[in-house]
Amino acid sequence: MSGQEFDNKIIQWVDERLPIFSILKHSAVDYPTPKNLNYWWNFGSLAGFMLVVMVATGIFLAMGYAANTLVAFGAVEHIMRDVNYGWLLRYLHMNGASFFFICVYIHIFRGLYYGSYKAPRELLWALGLLIYLVMMGTAFMGYVLPWGQMSFWGATVITNLFSAVPVVGDYIVTLLWGGFSVDNPTLNRFFALHYLLPFVIFALVFLHVVALHTSKSNNPLGIDVKGPQDTIPFHPYYTIKDLFGIGVLLLFYLGVVFFAPNFFGEPDNYVPANPLVTPPHIVPEWYFLPFYAILRAIPDKLGGVVAMFGAIIILFFLPWIDSSKVRSAKFRPIFKQIFWIFLAVCLVLGYCGSQPPEGEIVIVGRIATAAYFLFFPLLWVLGKVEKPRPLPHSIAAPVLKGASAGHAAQPMEKA
Amino acid sequence: MADTSTPTQGTPPEGESRRDFLLYAAGAVGVAGTALAVWPLIHSMNPAADTLALSTTEVDLSAVAEGQAITVTWRGKPVFIRHRTAAEIESARKVDLAELRDPQADDKRVQKPEWLILVGVCTHLGCIPMGQKASDPRGEYGGWFCPCHGSAYDTSGRIRKGPAPLNLAVPTYTFLTDTSVRIG
Ligand code: HEM
Ligand code: FES
Repeated sequence: MSGQEFDNKIIQWVDERLPIFSILKHSAVDYPTPKNLNYWWNFGSLAGFMLVVMVATGIFLAMGYAANTLVAFGAVEHIMRDVNYGWLLRYLHMNGASFFFICVYIHIFRGLYYGSYKAPRELLWALGLLIYLVMMGTAFMGYVLPWGQMSFWGATVITNLFSAVPVVGDYIVTLLWGGFSVDNPTLNRFFALHYLLPFVIFALVFLHVVALHTSKSNNPLGIDVKGPQDTIPFHPYYTIKDLFGIGVLLLFYLGVVFFAPNFFGEPDNYVPANPLVTPPHIVPEWYFLPFYAILRAIPDKLGGVVAMFGAIIILFFLPWIDSSKVRSAKFRPIFKQIFWIFLAVCLVLGYCGSQPPEGEIVIVGRIATAAYFLFFPLLWVLGKVEKPRPLPHSIAAPVLKGASAGHAAQPMEKA
Repeated sequence: MADTSTPTQGTPPEGESRRDFLLYAAGAVGVAGTALAVWPLIHSMNPAADTLALSTTEVDLSAVAEGQAITVTWRGKPVFIRHRTAAEIESARKVDLAELRDPQADDKRVQKPEWLILVGVCTHLGCIPMGQKASDPRGEYGGWFCPCHGSAYDTSGRIRKGPAPLNLAVPTYTFLTDTSVRIG
């Protein structure tokens, strides 16, 4: 990694002693990237961008915030009304969480569609899921900080999930609360952890990228890179493409921040927390809804909690559940359809999670939950019976054949 | 482990296992020591002494008419006190225990049949069930209805329907006089 030559004397001097410039050049400039990546490959760097935005706005919010049940609600209103640009910081942070999740969800489904979880990228996939889990914890605790009704009751319901653990459940919940209900000690520790976890995410993202640069990017064809003719350097080709992506993301993100800042929010969270009154309809933030629907689909406390966590844990095993060696859905006609059904099932679950658990919503939720879990054994069977379409020889091959067959392809394929 | 022992030529097998033993013992002490050191960190998250200092709440019941209910706070949680009507007591007693999820007879849940005193926290995931106000829905069994995930409790606060596993808890309480009670 070291041993690069730099024209600038100072850079060269530093690099010989601390190879940060070599590392940067190796992983962000020269990094050989498949030349056929489409726009779905933008969402990883977009998620990274959102992480930076969250930390930047969060640190300045923390300067106006106070984690005490007596003043927390007022402190957030103080940020909104009195702190210079406080409204902007908060709306960026609040909606930033939603856009962060949008990017990560698209990123995950991209991985599913193109089989990016398969060998040799199993650990890359697992690290991504870990990031997702820590993100959920961070967002959950952040949502408690404004100490509104949804903050309080969301915290109550979610921490109570752990009371389903046999024998030690109640001890765990007391430990989480630091008391006999969600109260000041709970708010305090949630703030401490909400500040800490994003930095844990940074560390995980670092490992995620190391794993990526070891096994290299997958691509829409899902076949391995055969040589330099299949790749282009990351800079300037993908730096500029990622930058363009950020521009488009900002259009949507800032559009919501400026024109509909409470679009993703719940009005009830502008009512201060009241431990004696549960709002008639409590819902989590939208990004938790599918899991909330799974929780409610099972008419048994422990069963519901197990199913909910299981829905995420099972994703870690996906590389071994999917028995097909072909990565990209482009060449798997049946998998492609099942993928879209699975995506639809997740959206239906999300809708069910947002509705009161009555009437046919309960039935639909149960069917969708069953369908969610059915996806995995189905994948295993599918890999055994599905006839994949023929794979191209290399990333460069189909492009070159398409242009003018024979001539151009030959010298390239030799390289 | 093979690595560390190769340089000492001709070490008898006993010598190797002695070194292994030292390594394992040192490892075990290290793990136990770390666990002991972590415990204060974890335990610091448990309720502090001032939170633990058991509070009690005294309630005057004289103003609660038959059929009415009041909610008081005890240890930061709501406690439901319902002055049950004869019909409510009757229906709570009539229930066949075999059909209950968490079987418990009504007279085991009250000291005085007309006063039903319960911790008003749903045993599913901790919401406050509705049914205290006259305008609230009380669910199919005439007790309480939890809006969060649809648990229904009967007129003895026993779980009858929905995801909650247990009956509403009965706190410790003492009647000081006929019309006043101390909770805790
Ligand atoms: C992974 C990154 C992060 C996520 C997903 C996240 C998520 C959230 C969410 C959903 C809220 C509630 C917003 C609301 O409804 O008002 C929140 C609030 C808050 N966050 Fe974060 N956050 C992140 C990083 C950070 C960091 C690094 C800090 C501080 C260093 C921070 C400080 C705060 C503060 C002070 C609040 C309370 C003020 C408010 O409610 O707007 N956050 N966070
Ligand atoms: S918390 Fe009462 S039904 Fe879930």
